[in-house]
Amino acid sequence: MTATGNLERVLRGGHFAVTAECGPPRGADPESVRKKGNCLKDVVDAVNVTDNQTAVVRMSSLAACVVLKEMGFDTVLQMTVRDRNRIALQSDILGASALGIKNVLCLSGDHQSFGDHRGAKNVYDIDSIQLIDTVRGMRDEGKFLSGEEIKGRPDLFIGCVENPFADPFDIRALRLAKKVKAGAQFVQTQCVFNVEKFVQWMEMVRDLGLHEKAFILAGVTPMKSPAMARYMKGSVPGMDVPDDLIERMSAVSKEKYREEGISICVETIERLRAIKGVAGIHIMAIEWEQAVPEIVSKAGLGTRP
Amino acid sequence: MIVADRKPFNEIINMIAPYGRILLIGCNECVTVCAVGGTKEVALLASQIRLKRQGDGVPVEVDEKTLERQCDPEYAQALAPVIADYDAVLSIACGCGVQFIAETYPEKTVLPGVNTRFMGVTEQHGVWSERCQGCGDCVLDRTCGICPVARCAKSIMNGPCGGSHGGLCELKNETPCAWHLIIERLKARGELDRYLDIEKPKDWSASRDAGPRKRVREDIKI
Repeated sequence: MTATGNLERVLRGGHFAVTAECGPPRGADPESVRKKGNCLKDVVDAVNVTDNQTAVVRMSSLAACVVLKEMGFDTVLQMTVRDRNRIALQSDILGASALGIKNVLCLSGDHQSFGDHRGAKNVYDIDSIQLIDTVRGMRDEGKFLSGEEIKGRPDLFIGCVENPFADPFDIRALRLAKKVKAGAQFVQTQCVFNVEKFVQWMEMVRDLGLHEKAFILAGVTPMKSPAMARYMKGSVPGMDVPDDLIERMSAVSKEKYREEGISICVETIERLRAIKGVAGIHIMAIEWEQAVPEIVSKAGLGTRP
Repeated sequence: MIVADRKPFNEIINMIAPYGRILLIGCNECVTVCAVGGTKEVALLASQIRLKRQGDGVPVEVDEKTLERQCDPEYAQALAPVIADYDAVLSIACGCGVQFIAETYPEKTVLPGVNTRFMGVTEQHGVWSERCQGCGDCVLDRTCGICPVARCAKSIMNGPCGGSHGGLCELKNETPCAWHLIIERLKARGELDRYLDIEKPKDWSASRDAGPRKRVREDIKI
């Protein structure tokens, strides 16, 4: 075992963790990754790098993670099972660990029909829960999925996602239980706008004792405009944006949209922090990483452990 | 059954453009049931082709025939006495039928008049939907008789994903989420505790992934 990553250190130390998402560019220029990284410096405990999110081709998550790592960040490598089979996934897990990446987030990935290569063949050789189990087996048992032995085990803190707002609602905590059983050590949730529903989900999570088995980071997203809020409500799968938030965004003048979006986000974080079992927040400021320092500071989380 | 759609008419017309004598063949099996390649559809397509080519000033002779099965040597060989009379064969059977006619008569141009879609069921008159992908290693015993391989857009074995909403798949509003159906059935049977069982990675070597498949029954071979 090598040194623990910063995110794991913060969470195990009992501190309220702050992570943020960084979407890699649709091009080969590492400077745009560094630019986003500069906004997040000393503001977050780790940076997630998305894996061709919304099935749109971007710089690989692993490459962007390395760029950010060189800047001093602890990074969370997001891995979807949409584009790679078990051979490629295990290979990238070994590669990530070799490059010093400390965290992996296992997810299904948006279906390719949402992206710009709709004619692509999808893979889905294994699913996200099986990927969690695969990484755990590689790390803890030193074995590939085939059962063959690994020479030089990968050392990764294993994360998963869960959407408390998807249906059927009553199995959403059970589904997290399955992920924890498979080996997930932390979870970053879908963006929380409907706090009441998230509270209900957390009750089910606590009833299953999952908050004691895995660190739960609640996802938040600042809205830039009422149009974005409406878009997320109507067109993004699995998103639950209550009408009163859309109305609140619409009630302010255009120049104040972003300010209001940040205020809503900060208030949401304060409410989430008060929920028993929430170990941190994950800020997904979509193409608006510049907003993260202000959100973190206004939420009183500016001093990182 | 195998469900197919007729190819767009213009595609068919372009495909047969070089030919003056065509044998249009249907099949009495699946494509008849899904109303795309039986005797009726052969007659309809033949008339459409004749009219179109007549109108374009390049008349074509189209003869019609529907085989009991295009995927069986016994019936495929029935074309032997007449096939030499034609420039090309247009088959409106599934891809298996088209290929089997083509391999029975390798000297002949055999063209597909339908796009073969899926293995499915008749939900109601005029509505067919997919049920099976022929993965070669059936999991229906563990999924309450609902197949996540064929019916989940991501073939997730431990679903549902985060896009399941109101019982529907995130992709197309009219498609039921297979995992929602599975969970509803588990609940109805009082077996929700089984949901916690983690399904291990599937062995796709029984599926198409291990290459084209073949089944040989030595005991019934002649």
